[in-house]
Amino acid sequence: MITLTPSPFIPSEALSAFEKEARGAGAIVSFTGLVRDRAGDADVEGLHLQAYSPMTENGIEKAAADARQRWPLTALRIIHRIGDMGPFEPIVFVATASAHRRAAFEAADFLMDYLKTEAVFWKKELTKTGSRWIEPRAEDYSDSARWTQTDTETDRHARHK
Amino acid sequence: MADILYFGRLGDVAGVGAEKLDIPAAITDTAALRRWLDAEKSAGGAFLEASVRLAVNSEIVVDPHPISSSDEIAFMPPVGGG
Repeated sequence: MITLTPSPFIPSEALSAFEKEARGAGAIVSFTGLVRDRAGDADVEGLHLQAYSPMTENGIEKAAADARQRWPLTALRIIHRIGDMGPFEPIVFVATASAHRRAAFEAADFLMDYLKTEAVFWKKELTKTGSRWIEPRAEDYSDSARWTQTDTETDRHARHK
Repeated sequence: MADILYFGRLGDVAGVGAEKLDIPAAITDTAALRRWLDAEKSAGGAFLEASVRLAVNSEIVVDPHPISSSDEIAFMPPVGGG
């Protein structure tokens, strides 16, 4: 299930609910992303997140479907904040469930890389000295590119068989 | 009137997040729209950047893509959440 919400959420409650939904799974992985209170030398006073509905939701749905195709997941949950939020508040929650840990770890990692670099959000950081729009870092793009490299390696292995 | 949406930093450049615009009849594709708006807004090239993608009626398109006066056209700088 995928939720975009302008209201704060409590990750431990989201995880409890997910554990009930995923009952019977051998492995559950969850990730929570929080608003940092520092950016470079500046104190962050808040974050503003824009989405473009329904493109944002449709894109995340597609990434979730991709994850389900690549790994044998038994359940999946994504919560993403939109609008205004303050330092230390949860901004994103991803949980995956599978029979074994590897699939759950990798699928959660894959979904986070999607959310960081491809999901249709724009993020503005508010500091005492003003505000600025944040775009993904080079590292976010290289993290995300790992999943396509894996495809290439799989193809290469397939050819050598 | 076309609905034009400006996301992320382009909202600051345009001065609004969204507006209805009468696009001149001579502007028939996304590449021409970028050039026209960049001049209209005195944006100094912000609308021309290759990293800024355009979506026409919620579909990301490749320049030059045909546009009409009833379209919703979104200017989308690099995205990313988390």
